[in-house]
Parts: sequence; C-alpha cells; structure tokens
Amino acid sequence: MGNFTRRDVMKAVAAASALQLSGQSALAADPLKVAFIFIGPVGDYGWTWAHNKGRLDLEKALGNKVKTTYVENVKEDASAIPILRDLARQGNKLIFACSFNYMEQVLEVAREFPEVKFEHCTGFKRAPNVATYSARFHEGRAVIGTIAGYMSKSGVIGYLGSFKIPEVVMGVNAFTLAAQAVNPKIQTKLVMIDTWFDPAKETAATQTLANLGCDVITTHTDSPAPLQFCEQKGIYGFGQGADMSKFAPKAQLTAIEDIWAPHYIKRANAVINGTWKSEDFWEGIKAGDVVISPYNPIVPKNVQEAANKIIDGYKNETYDIFKGPIFDQNGTEKVSAGKAMSLGELATIDWYVKGVQSA
Amino acid sequence: MTWTFLIDALVTVIGITTPILLAASGELVVEKSGVINLGIEGMMLVGAITGFAVAFEFSNPWIGIGAAALAGVATSMIFAVLVLSLGTNQVATGLALTIFGIGLSSLIGTNYTGFAALPFDPPFPDALVQHPIWRVIFGHSVFVYFAFLLVFTIGWFLSSTRAGLVLRSVGENDFSAHSIGYPVVAIRFAAIAFGGAIAGIAGANFSMVITPMWAEQMTAGRGWIALALVVFAGWRAGRLLAGAYFFGVLMTLELYAKASGYAIIPSQFWAAMPYLIAVAVLAFISSRDGKSGKEPACLGKPFLPNG
Repeated sequence: MGNFTRRDVMKAVAAASALQLSGQSALAADPLKVAFIFIGPVGDYGWTWAHNKGRLDLEKALGNKVKTTYVENVKEDASAIPILRDLARQGNKLIFACSFNYMEQVLEVAREFPEVKFEHCTGFKRAPNVATYSARFHEGRAVIGTIAGYMSKSGVIGYLGSFKIPEVVMGVNAFTLAAQAVNPKIQTKLVMIDTWFDPAKETAATQTLANLGCDVITTHTDSPAPLQFCEQKGIYGFGQGADMSKFAPKAQLTAIEDIWAPHYIKRANAVINGTWKSEDFWEGIKAGDVVISPYNPIVPKNVQEAANKIIDGYKNETYDIFKGPIFDQNGTEKVSAGKAMSLGELATIDWYVKGVQSA
Repeated sequence: MTWTFLIDALVTVIGITTPILLAASGELVVEKSGVINLGIEGMMLVGAITGFAVAFEFSNPWIGIGAAALAGVATSMIFAVLVLSLGTNQVATGLALTIFGIGLSSLIGTNYTGFAALPFDPPFPDALVQHPIWRVIFGHSVFVYFAFLLVFTIGWFLSSTRAGLVLRSVGENDFSAHSIGYPVVAIRFAAIAFGGAIAGIAGANFSMVITPMWAEQMTAGRGWIALALVVFAGWRAGRLLAGAYFFGVLMTLELYAKASGYAIIPSQFWAAMPYLIAVAVLAFISSRDGKSGKEPACLGKPFLPNG
C-alpha cells in the first residue's frame, strides 16, 4: 500500500511537470534541464538534504542556464524506472540518480534515451551515457573512527547501517580500522535496519546498540534521530551527511558533511559545453567533497590533533586507512602488509574487518 | 543479563509500539462504525507537524498535543464529508487523504526542518523517572499512559456501554439502525473525528517524543501497520493491545539479534516476520466460524438512507 501512494504522488508530480513543459516551446537559448531522483525526502536533514543543497547551489551558480527538478522518496525498486523515463521524456538532458540501488534501473532507462546523460551516485556500473560519482565517505569515517577510538571507554562502538552495500561496508571497515589503530581492542557492533530513512527505527536501533554496551555510535542512515537519542542518553555520536549539532549539541563529536555542489556544477557545465563523458568521479577530503565539521569542544586537544593528522594525511595523500595488513572477521588476511586496497576493490567490497560484530 | 538491560529493551519495545497502538485504537472505533479510513498515515503526519510546530511556537508541549488532535480532526473531516455526505468510495478517498497529508505536512514543515523539539519529560517526579527499576513504570512519556488508558476505555466503551452498542449497530447494520431512529451519518462523523484526533496525537508522539524533531514522512509507513493491526486484532480492543505489543517485541528482537551478531536467521526473514505472522493469524481467524474476529458487516459500504 505504501508503494501505491508513493507512486501516485510521483505520477501527480510527473503530470504536473509535463503540463508545465507543454506550455513552453523550444526557445533558442533553452536552459539545460537537470533532474534528480532522491531516495528520501529533501527535508531529511541528512543524505537527501545534502544532495538537494547541491542542486540548489547548482541553480545559484549557473542561474538561468539550468532548470532543475527533483522527485523525492523514489523507492529502489522497479518503480524508479517509469520515473526516470518520465523525467527523460520531459526533456531533462542530465539526470542524477542519488542512491546505490538505482543502478540497474538507470542502466535500463539510459539504453532507451541515448541522448540523455545519466549520473549514478555511489554505483560502479557505467555505460556510454551513464557516469558514476561518489564521495570517499570512508575517509571521513577514518577520521571519526579515530575520534571514537579515543572517546570510547567501554571499547565497544556501534555502527547503525542501512544495507550491506559497498559504500556502507567500506564505512564500517574504515571506522573500525581507525578506532583499532588507537585502541586495538575495539569491537564494532553493527546493525543494518534495511532502510535509509525511518527515524523511529533508527532510534530503536540506537537504543539497542547503547543497551548492548556501545558508548560511541555512528550512523549510516539519513536522519538526526539517532543523535538525539545519544544526547538524551549522554553518549557520543557523529552527524551524517550534514552538521547535525543543532539536534545534539553535546552528543555530536563532529560530522561528515557531503558537499555535492562542485560535482553538479562541473557536470552541468560539461553538458552545456558538450564535453560530457562517461567517467567515474570519486573524490574525497582533498577535493572538498567530504568535509569534517568543527569538533565539539568536548573532544580533547590530543584527539583533535590525531583526527587532524588523518585529514592532513588525506589532503597530501600520505595516509590510507585501507593499508595492509587487514584481516576479515574470520581472521583471514585479505590485504597483506605493505599493500593497499585499490579504489576498484573498495568499490565492490563485501566483507567486514576483524572486530566487526555483524549478523 | 541484568534488570537494567531488560528494562532498556522494554523501553525500546514500548517506544516503537505506542504510536502504532494509538493510531490503531482510533481506527478501530472508525471501523466499528462501518467506515474504513486508509488515511491514517496522512492524518498522523499532519498531526506530527502541527504538534511540533505549535509546541515549538508556544514552548508548550501540551498545547502541541491539543493542536495535533485538532489538526487530525480537521484532516479527517475532509474524508468524512467526501465519503459520508458525497458518498465517494472509502478506499480511494482514504488513499487520497494519505497523499494529501504527506504533501500538506511537508508544506507546513518547510520552515521547521532542522530544529529540535523541546524536551517533553515524563509526568512524574525525577526520583521515579530516573529510578533504575521504577522507571520501567514511571519513565515514559504521557503518550504511553494515554495509549493504555485509551485502549482499555475503547474496549469498555464498545462492549459495555449503550453508546458503544449503538456505534456497533451502525457498523453492523446501518439500515436497521437508521430505521429505529439512530442518526447513522452523525455517528459516523463522530467516529471519524475521533479516529482523526487519535491519529493526530499518534503523529505528535513521533515529532515530540520518539524523535523530537520534524522530518518529512517521519512516520515511515506506521499508519499502514496500524491499519493491518486492526484486522489482525479481529476488531477487538484487547487483541489490539496484545497484537501491537507483539509487533513491537518482534521489531525489537530483530534489532537485538542483529546487533548481537546472530546470523542464524537471515535479517530479511526477521524483517518479514511481523507480516508473515500477520498472514498466519489472518488465515487462522478466517478459517474459524463464529462471531469472534469478524469485520463489521457494513465496513466500507456507503450509507444512502433514501437510496
């Protein structure tokens, strides 16, 4: 039933924008129409909020050269296909699909509309008119993992995840490895809640992790609800996607901010100038796509310095959290000493490092 | 395993169950009058944003709850006028109400995204609220106590009062009720308004206590679970309470199993479990004859006294 209503909303949105379109004729200097599909509501104050901010900044930067639209709450199932199709038919020439499991749907629709450029966020499959882009969130996870390693008294830290996809697995591993670099005994408890956005379930899962002994909990879902619980409980957490300190001034130690505007502006310009190519973009702290929010004053000076060292290491390319030796949960060596995982290996990673407790 | 551990787990169960129990209790009364309102999700969201916004503006959570209830009533009245006065299809109108509620709440909420709600403490002295053991009874928000009170009151109202009997008769046989002089349409209006008020309060439970903030579609489909719960409970208040807590315990167990690293049962199975059990119970109920667990005979049918 939930599907039904969402689809109906979508149809209404599509119909409304189609109406709008029929009113305009093809003018000489038509703006480039850019569309976005989002997994959650733009008001989630997390992942989707950050993408929408990127969209708004794109409009601000290119003014009347672009015209953007978005559809929010698009499920990661077959229902994404007609939505993508509608957006392509409405004359959008550049379409951003902002979640991992839109992968096959994007490829399918892209085959039908070879003249439309598609960009799929956090995916790894490309086509002549499908590019992929992401940010190296795991670099941010290495920074907050370092802080967690210092701040945890129990030695048990929590990770609230959404789905077992490479982006999340990478985050779990980077967070755990960084914390273990500070305190080798660190254990990470992992809960996947099978959704990106469900504040009540996110809260319940955070309560569960806290009750099982986690005193620092990071989230890989899209709402600030877990941080609010940490604030009440007097434990620590991190903002995800955006600075969420407003929701948890004491509990948020720092946040990983996703900055999408530079990519959106660059790619819209590429389409306008006719230089767009199917590529893979995966930048991180160095390029400014991943930003660490100001530290909470609670974080001691030496911890801030340790975290800054990781940030600087990424900026001057001297640091990599995925350097061997790395062992998986069963103790098997996956990366030998002196070697590092390539970005390609990371993009398809499906195993957790030693010290992660997962179902 | 300590008491503290069990109490903390129970707190999670109660938190996850209460809004579903509330919304389902309201819908139970609506359905008992012979009307099915699929707009619970929409009414909850309108209640959630109204409760949040009003509590925020007036710095008073109690006024927020009142406003959430009124907003729920107002939203439900749109539905009531359409289905009762204009005789529209109840299922289609209810679905439209959900879509409307999602849109309206997002619109009102535009200016309220990014703020945290005021703390809304339990209505008991801190010594009891913070007590390591007694907090299991005294450490909850007003919504929890209200939900218990409500479901017992509804059970008593439906089974032991004259007004409850009249309401049920309207739901079971509207023409007979009409012919002996009961105002069928007015009674249904009242039932829908009651359901709207409770759905609004259930929404406020989200935005004021569970996750004290406003986020679009923060109820994340709980209205549909509430709807299923009424059927699951066989239109009985006692079973509604048991069923809601059964769902809550399962959802919490799923989280504990995952966080403790139990991979014996795949997580997808855990997530599907409440629904699988609901299907099993429904099959069990419908396989039995007799009165218990039967839907009101006039459920979903329009009442046109002159037609």
